[in-house]
Amino acid sequence: MMNLVESRRNAEQKDHSMREKLMPMNEAIDRFVHDGEVVALSSANYDRIAMAAVREIVRQGKRNLTVAKTLCSFDVELLLAAGLVKKIVSSWVSIGVVWGVSKIMRENVETGKVEFEEWSNLGMNLRFASAAMGVPFLPTFSMVGSDLPKQNRAKIIECPYSGQKLIAVPALFPHVAILHVQRADKCGNAIIDGGISADPSIAKAANRVILTAEEIVDTEAIRKEADKVVIPFLLVDAVVWAPFGSHPYDCYGNYDMDHEHVDSYVNQIETRGISYAQEYLNEYVYSVKDHFEYLKKISPKKLLEAVAMAKGIKHGWME
Amino acid sequence: MSSETYSSSEIAAVTAARNIEDNRVVFVGTGLPLMATALAQRLHAPNIVIVFEGGQIQPRITRKYMPFSPNDIRAGYRAIMLATPTDVLSLLQKGHIDYGFISGAQIDQYGNVNTSFIGDYTKPKTRLPGSGGANDIGSLANKTIILTRHEKRRFVQKVDFITTPGNIDGEGREKRGLIFGKPFLIITGLAIMDFDTTLGKARIMALQPGVTKEKVLENMGFRPIIPESIEVLDPPTDEELQILREIDPDGRWVEHPN
Repeated sequence: MMNLVESRRNAEQKDHSMREKLMPMNEAIDRFVHDGEVVALSSANYDRIAMAAVREIVRQGKRNLTVAKTLCSFDVELLLAAGLVKKIVSSWVSIGVVWGVSKIMRENVETGKVEFEEWSNLGMNLRFASAAMGVPFLPTFSMVGSDLPKQNRAKIIECPYSGQKLIAVPALFPHVAILHVQRADKCGNAIIDGGISADPSIAKAANRVILTAEEIVDTEAIRKEADKVVIPFLLVDAVVWAPFGSHPYDCYGNYDMDHEHVDSYVNQIETRGISYAQEYLNEYVYSVKDHFEYLKKISPKKLLEAVAMAKGIKHGWME
Repeated sequence: MSSETYSSSEIAAVTAARNIEDNRVVFVGTGLPLMATALAQRLHAPNIVIVFEGGQIQPRITRKYMPFSPNDIRAGYRAIMLATPTDVLSLLQKGHIDYGFISGAQIDQYGNVNTSFIGDYTKPKTRLPGSGGANDIGSLANKTIILTRHEKRRFVQKVDFITTPGNIDGEGREKRGLIFGKPFLIITGLAIMDFDTTLGKARIMALQPGVTKEKVLENMGFRPIIPESIEVLDPPTDEELQILREIDPDGRWVEHPN
């Protein structure tokens, strides 16, 4: 794990200029994600998951990754299935509550191939927040009295004012953050609709930021909505256009979750065993050139229905 | 209503709903707790405030947009605010959340809950998905309700790993530095339990209708405190069952009777 001083030196050296960084996904992943690094992934569990970027990481076979994420999803499932993960730092690792415990996670963690360091959800969010603020830790009452500090080696501190016991959650500095957003301009100014999760913190915490966006918009349009910008250009290294980039997960205001896609994957794992994951990767990742070819495999009718559903949810139209 | 007309999940949801008063703030996940909260909202607690871990405050729970995860966009349907997980987990830490719901693979006599490891955590027999927000809820909500299936393998003498502290070892949370919150109730399809204030141990408070004390004990791996007289809860009303089945027509979250 990177420490505060290294992360600080990196920030001091960073090219903060407002310049165009739009590039294809394969170039962004090739240039900014390296073997052995700490990769932080966007959002939590269901909404705005950086699936298109993760599929490209799998395609390029970036190895020995430490994945940091508040609550994991199908993204970490695929990275585990592809054998690219050394360690997961998270509060929760599976695909989604409705699919129970991930067999791929169990296989990888129980055999010791992958380490899963567990924090509470607030703990994970504060680890990113601490790094984003450039301080080495933040205090919390979360996890006090539990066994989690035995497993994640969190330290207990005493408040210098009140004497109260708290957990000092250590800052987590990723080498690279990969965040999926609704809109960004070519320079990397990002607008997120719906819940922003810990993403603005993750962007500040990381050395490098790859933004994948549903839509690339003009900088002038961004300036008119400057109050909605949650990630500014100076933190960002690459901007990638990735419509339906969260598929099979949802994207607030854009499309709903494709449950059938994940149901089918989980059912095959249940009936045919975890080796099915390799077949899935062959079909949806290795055998397709890029995200746009992947999208051709998804039924347009289903995508349209997912779009309608997401609009209904966003605008609060009655059932 | 006779006993065969409702399932144990339904009576558990109804019992949980009856224990939430109006105007309270409830931190809730998906599934059974959400159904219980939605039921309370439709009946005696119209002004209940629902908060989801994803950051959604006061969403509307409907059949069409029923969330599958607290981070699902459906969980924000007609919400008043889409905040962040840090925001709402901080509301817990600050004391603004009256009730939190959790469940777990193992629950012990002190209300400690395990959702992390079966077996030794350094070499687990089963690695479970982990805390998620459960630790935050159980540590920081003013009152934590454990809503779960009543199974012997779940109610163990001592959890293999304390993901979420209840009364820890019975000597109290404060001694360990956990100065807020408490495990409040354990609600199942067979009984409702509270916690003895001096010993910190689970105590049978009341039995579900038609359930004997013996049946409760047979299905537990620890022996709860048994008071001299135990009340029996009222069966669910037609209205309560009707609402539950209307919100969850397929019995996906709250099983229908066989």
